[in-house]
Amino acid sequence: MNGKVIKVSGPLVVAEGLSDANVSDVVRVGKQRLIGEILNMTDDRASIQVYEETSGLGPGAEVETTGYPLSVELGPGMLDGIFDGIQRPLTEIRKLTGATITRGIDVPALSREKLWDFVPTVSAGDRVSVGDVIGTVQETSAILHKIMVPFGISGTVVSIQKGNYTVADTVCLVKGDDGASHELTLMQKWPVRKNRPYIKKHVPTRPLNSGQRVIDTLFPLAKGGTAAVPGPFGSGKTVVQHQLAKWSDVDVVVYIGCGERGNEMTDVLMEFPELKDPRSGEPLMKRTVLIANTSDMPVAAREASIYTGITIAEYFRDMGYDVAVIADSTSRWAEALREMSGRLEEMPGEEGYPAYLASRLAQFYERAGVVECLGSGGRQGSLTAIGAVSPPGGDTSEPVSQATMRIVKVFWGLDSGLAYARHFPAINWLTSYSLYVDGLKKWFDSEIGVKFMQNREKSLSILQEEASLQEIVKLVGQDALSSADRLTLETAKMIREDFLQQNAFVDVDSYSSYERQSTLLQIILDFDTLCRNAMNQSANLLRLVNIPVRERIGRAKMVPEDEYREAYKRIFEDIKNQIDEISAGGDEK
Amino acid sequence: MIREYKTIREIASPLMMVSQVEGVTYNELAEIELPNGETRRCKVLEIDGDTAVVQLFESAAGINLKESKVRFLGHTLELAVSEDMLGRVFDGMGKPIDGGPEILAEAHLDVNGLPMNPASRDYPNEFIQTGISSIDGLNTLVRGQKLPIFSGSGLPHAALAAQIARQAKVLDDSSNFAVVFAAIGITFEEAEYFVQEFRRTGAIDRTVLFTNLANDPAVERIATPRMALTAAEYLAFEKDMHVLVILTDITNYAEALREVSAAKKEVPGRRGYPGYLYTDLATIYERAGRRIGKKGSITMIPILTMPEDDKTHPIPDLTGYITEGQIILSRELFRKGIVPPVDVLPSLSRLKDKGVGAGKTREDHSGTMNQLFAAYARGKDAKELMTILGEAALTDTDKLYAKFADEFEKRYVSQSFNVNRTIEETLDLGWELLGILPVSELKRVKPEHIEKYLHKEQ
Repeated sequence: MNGKVIKVSGPLVVAEGLSDANVSDVVRVGKQRLIGEILNMTDDRASIQVYEETSGLGPGAEVETTGYPLSVELGPGMLDGIFDGIQRPLTEIRKLTGATITRGIDVPALSREKLWDFVPTVSAGDRVSVGDVIGTVQETSAILHKIMVPFGISGTVVSIQKGNYTVADTVCLVKGDDGASHELTLMQKWPVRKNRPYIKKHVPTRPLNSGQRVIDTLFPLAKGGTAAVPGPFGSGKTVVQHQLAKWSDVDVVVYIGCGERGNEMTDVLMEFPELKDPRSGEPLMKRTVLIANTSDMPVAAREASIYTGITIAEYFRDMGYDVAVIADSTSRWAEALREMSGRLEEMPGEEGYPAYLASRLAQFYERAGVVECLGSGGRQGSLTAIGAVSPPGGDTSEPVSQATMRIVKVFWGLDSGLAYARHFPAINWLTSYSLYVDGLKKWFDSEIGVKFMQNREKSLSILQEEASLQEIVKLVGQDALSSADRLTLETAKMIREDFLQQNAFVDVDSYSSYERQSTLLQIILDFDTLCRNAMNQSANLLRLVNIPVRERIGRAKMVPEDEYREAYKRIFEDIKNQIDEISAGGDEK
Repeated sequence: MIREYKTIREIASPLMMVSQVEGVTYNELAEIELPNGETRRCKVLEIDGDTAVVQLFESAAGINLKESKVRFLGHTLELAVSEDMLGRVFDGMGKPIDGGPEILAEAHLDVNGLPMNPASRDYPNEFIQTGISSIDGLNTLVRGQKLPIFSGSGLPHAALAAQIARQAKVLDDSSNFAVVFAAIGITFEEAEYFVQEFRRTGAIDRTVLFTNLANDPAVERIATPRMALTAAEYLAFEKDMHVLVILTDITNYAEALREVSAAKKEVPGRRGYPGYLYTDLATIYERAGRRIGKKGSITMIPILTMPEDDKTHPIPDLTGYITEGQIILSRELFRKGIVPPVDVLPSLSRLKDKGVGAGKTREDHSGTMNQLFAAYARGKDAKELMTILGEAALTDTDKLYAKFADEFEKRYVSQSFNVNRTIEETLDLGWELLGILPVSELKRVKPEHIEKYLHKEQ
């Protein structure tokens, strides 16, 4: 059933004669067979968003519907790969067309040639239903890919064979309860705009260890939670996102470069294979799926990229893995939405964005969570969603930031002032928040120790106090402050410079374990306590804050990983000794 | 087969509606022939049934609805390219205007280009020495980077861009370079300044100039940067040259885009600019870069004047989100007589970390860079405090920081447009200035580097 184009306006194409097509069907347009998706239907006319450049397309061109909604191929071959917004494999495309992406190219997302070593976990005669694992494939050295029974199938296994298969080969025959015979392959398809089902959702209770001190200690994110990183340009959004993709203690990371710079994706592509996961020791790329729809690639595919990414993430979650999906940037996605909405001549909402912006954003973030997966074996998986927001001029009163803040539970607000002073990560401790703190307290108390949460609160209140004291200093100068207040300023400075600042480009500092983070913070807070005690015995503040060991506290985060325990222990001792010395000789000036 | 139509139904400059057309496609190039024989170019913006909405690149004056003819050319806007373009001057639509012959084309390329596959980009990491301390030392430029200059009216951005074009070199330089310069809606005098500069330094033979001046048709400006980049891509990726592209002024480009958008009655985004301004700018900026397996590169320096020096205005704002950093010029520094007046704190080069360090510049580069930034930021804070409360309110350390900030501006940032400093000179100067501060404050540099470089001249 073919239709004909009657109107072309940029990525929006209107075609008639498509009365048999469904809304959301994928269509092929024109001689170049450009890929598009039906947005609206009026009688037999369909408004189609085309995922590729439409130059050279005119009325009369043929439109053919595939009859299926926009779907992704889920199976072995996604990890360690880079795809565009509609899951076309970019490395394969490069082999075909060179450095640029020509139009209408048709390459299957998953290689049809590559053989995978399939190991069955069920045998003939076993009963299986939706979500049950029928076998495994060691996809990369880091991840064991579990092959699951696709949605809508349950019955008895007729035959299943170990061996090497491509994703299209039948590996298992299932006789359905309805009598039909199903051929299962290593691959299944799923429409990207539909959530993958699960049994039950749970409240997140485990933290996501990102190795970033300001995140883990002050504003922790839970596995299965949602977070947003808003910030003006130059405040280090992308570095924060990359750091999360690198060091988060999840099994699989799906990184969506949505309307951002091409070189940033290249950076990930070149760097991740070199970096090792601190937990498994495997190259990070082996657990990463990249979705790249850079800003110069067609805008409609940018809109789809977010869904492509999260659907892939849900699939790995269904295997029982902890998955993080990182989207940089949701603002570019919203702009793509706005552009299509404008071309559809819809009534605009705030700042030209469509009125459904907030609900679409909410639908995206709501796909995160901790779930009990379908299928036997009681698998539990989690999907954590982290989105960057690029507010115009850094002003978060705009619609995308506001709609995002209403949904996410963690807000890491980046601050250009901090970035100018080269305080990185430039996460502002006064405006950021995490609503998971209460839910995670139990985990921290039992796994890290009760001190962790106490120290967190203490340092936050010191930083808060610093902000109010700074107001006074600005008006009347530092001399007007009491010694105790001046010590607070010193401690706050240490927390900021010696603890919160973290250099992503220095190997020892890029990742910090919970233990190391909490010890480092303990050093600073102990210093504060000991100084206060000494001051009560009338020790001189200036001498206290200038004890020689302070320089070593400042450099403590740079101590190599295998020496830090010993080094930190010595710092603890030296602080105590040096302060005791001053207290003892309290009268000398 | 080219068909002619005499069915222009409506003209609302810069748009035109042509009815009863057949076989016309989106983005196709067309020509209008006026009754007096003059031809002007235009392109298809939208095609709805048998009606085409066409955008004129030139003025609509003199077009007669009844007599004028429209020819659709069956291809998109193209540029004839060849190596002979070097040393030539073209108008904003790619026609030679230097009196020389037409270019004997080796290829006709679609000026819109194609998106670059992120998997085939090569990461830019080759240090370019511009000879300007505030750029080399703190906001390092690398080959294949797009680094805009955010300026304001009356600031010397042209002099800075010319200085970069003149002095830029790679440390082990032996390769082919070329400059592609696009004047987008700037004045004759400003364009002439660049031409004289290129002529004076002899670079003119390695330069391709595209000029759309302030009195040229505004809509033509939409094509000009794409012409320039098509030429640059050809030179870089077909002829293995290292191309420096200077686009000035992007603000004029965005305004032309707004003009067309308004004429099309599109829903405006911020400040009347179209909602797709980001995407549109990205299709220009993202054409900079390197490709795996190709020797050449495109390094891009777009210049834009920020209306009211406001960085949050949509043009600089969206540019900053796409480009790999920005060099911001400061009116305050310029008034103090500091040239080039680079405001180093809000300036940024995102690729600097990949372009500096041992083997590229020097091992201490990264640490000193961070230390200088942090120290200058603190020094400026201290000076601000000093203006409110007086010098007595500062601690001794803060006084040193204030002194550092002054010296830093006077000696490091300020160097005049004619001084070309090597990277070693820049780094040594950085250490000399850091010497003002107590060693215990230098937390961002490695102790062994302090040992090796601090006070080494004494």
